Amino acid sequence: MSKKYNGFDKDRRKFLLTATAITGAVGISVAGIPFVTSMKPSEKAKAAGASVAVDTSKIEKGSLLTTEWRGQPVWILNRTEDMVKGLSKMETNLADPQLKVTSQQPKYCQNPTRSIKSDLLVVVGICTHLGCSPTAKLQPKGDMGDNWTGGFFCPCHGSKFDLAGRVYKGSPAPTNLVVPPHKYIDEKTILIGEDQKDEA
Amino acid sequence: MERKNNLMTWVDERLPVSSFIKNHLTQYYAPKNFNFLYFFGALAIVLFALQILTGIFLTMHYKPDALHAFASVEYIMRDVSFGWVIRYMHSTGASLFFVVIYMHMFRAIIYGSYKQPRELLWIFGVLIFLLLMAEAFFGYLLPWGQMSYWGAQVIVNLFATVPFIGPDLAEWVRGDYLVSDATLNRFFAFHVIALPLALAGLIFLHLAALHSVGSNNPDGIEIKLTKDKKTGIPLDGIPFHPYYTVKDLIGLTVFLIVFTTIIFFMPEVGGYFLEHNNFVPADPLVTPAHIAPVWYFTPFYSILRAVPPIFNSQFPGVAAMGAAVLILFIVPWLDKSKVKSIRYKGALYKKWLAAFVLSFLILGYLGTVPSNIWGQIPNFIPLLGGLDLATFVARVFTIVYFAFFVLMPFYSKKDKTKPVPNRVTS
Repeated sequence: MSKKYNGFDKDRRKFLLTATAITGAVGISVAGIPFVTSMKPSEKAKAAGASVAVDTSKIEKGSLLTTEWRGQPVWILNRTEDMVKGLSKMETNLADPQLKVTSQQPKYCQNPTRSIKSDLLVVVGICTHLGCSPTAKLQPKGDMGDNWTGGFFCPCHGSKFDLAGRVYKGSPAPTNLVVPPHKYIDEKTILIGEDQKDEA
Repeated sequence: MERKNNLMTWVDERLPVSSFIKNHLTQYYAPKNFNFLYFFGALAIVLFALQILTGIFLTMHYKPDALHAFASVEYIMRDVSFGWVIRYMHSTGASLFFVVIYMHMFRAIIYGSYKQPRELLWIFGVLIFLLLMAEAFFGYLLPWGQMSYWGAQVIVNLFATVPFIGPDLAEWVRGDYLVSDATLNRFFAFHVIALPLALAGLIFLHLAALHSVGSNNPDGIEIKLTKDKKTGIPLDGIPFHPYYTVKDLIGLTVFLIVFTTIIFFMPEVGGYFLEHNNFVPADPLVTPAHIAPVWYFTPFYSILRAVPPIFNSQFPGVAAMGAAVLILFIVPWLDKSKVKSIRYKGALYKKWLAAFVLSFLILGYLGTVPSNIWGQIPNFIPLLGGLDLATFVARVFTIVYFAFFVLMPFYSKKDKTKPVPNRVTS
């Protein structure tokens, strides 16, 4: 049924040309996979980015431990009862007290204290504005003024966060500090980097 | 369609793309009688591109530092996603590059492609071969294994044999009193930027020279001498594109089957492509029991070993090894034959060529094994008694190797050639 011109079967040529081009393109694309994937984090980098276990029994009430996970500072704050109670007082001044931006914490920390256990807060110590690490100003008042109830202050652009890492209104930072995936492997040990099985 | 033409016109007025494609592909006429030996030029270009590509990705993870080099190669092999594929592509590519280049050179020799008017084309080719050997040598130090280290040590010490300035020269090349971090760093610089850049330039000149004189062919007939009177197109020529681009694609496909089979099933090729000793980190205090270069250097290494020291100097051996490569430059003027192709040369030339190929292969084999492999010549034989038999054989074939070139003006003149037809045959 094919049309012939000067002895050439044009349809057949077109078919062969297209088939060869497609085969070649598929081959080259597949051959490109190793090159593209070789630029992803290597197994070594992945191992370095794996979960970190932290013993919390040595963190005193009211003090902060900074640990490292994937090259970022992760804070573990052992809040006193007063600190936990105080969390609800300033809610009107916060940008997102109801944690509507759910990406900032795992499901199991979607609660008023933003934590699994009410006293132990785990957050990534990186400001959600431009990536500086805020300074801990855990005590009320002091150089932060009389209205300060304790929290974190970013020295770069002045973002303020409360003791649950929630951002104050008027801060350049748009969202609350990130709570990383973490879980308790026993009573006192936190594993940062792995999610807790959702029970809540 | 209209838009495309407009765009093409716009570009052509600013950059002669269309005329370049015409002059070098669609209306570049190559002889119609190419055989499989003509695949290797195109394959060499593909391999060059592939070596550059895999090399770029390897440098993303490799560290040119004596403390970290070996570990960074193992890191590429074990931790980098698909790092092993990229590294094996590079190491297999290096060996196959030499397979391809040796076939390409063999093709040029048997069809007389170096003869007038293609002398310059041939010279650029020999230069590319020389730089390719340097490129391979510099690259072989980078994994910083035992073979890398001691291979570099031996080769750099060849410079030390040069009379008078030798020791200073070797020290200058190494940048230290022994092969060290300084050497590794500069070899890295040569391997990843200096030589690839020079190679790219030479390949451009090689192709430019090729396209100005046109390809030779298995008959050694100038197709430009017989043109269609109306069109001026050689009667025995066909457009490079699509005829040879499509044909080369078939050659490439076959090549890739071989290439990938090696990468996935036998990347070390029994120690010939990647030597076993190179999986041991470099140790300046312990020399491996048997040092052999990678297979593509072994014919020349054999010549080096075969030449005995003269006046307590190793230099003659080094000079002979250098001459074995450099003599290729003057082949266009050594060949006095009236015909180009082996098809029209006589029995005398064919015998010499066979002897040359045989000597190249035997020297190549002997370079991979210790010189005492065949034992010694019995003591009762005068003069030669006690000499390693393999060394004696290597000496004989070293003489044959050089005789092929040195005697070429005589036997190529004396050789009874056959009449050459006006048109290509097959």
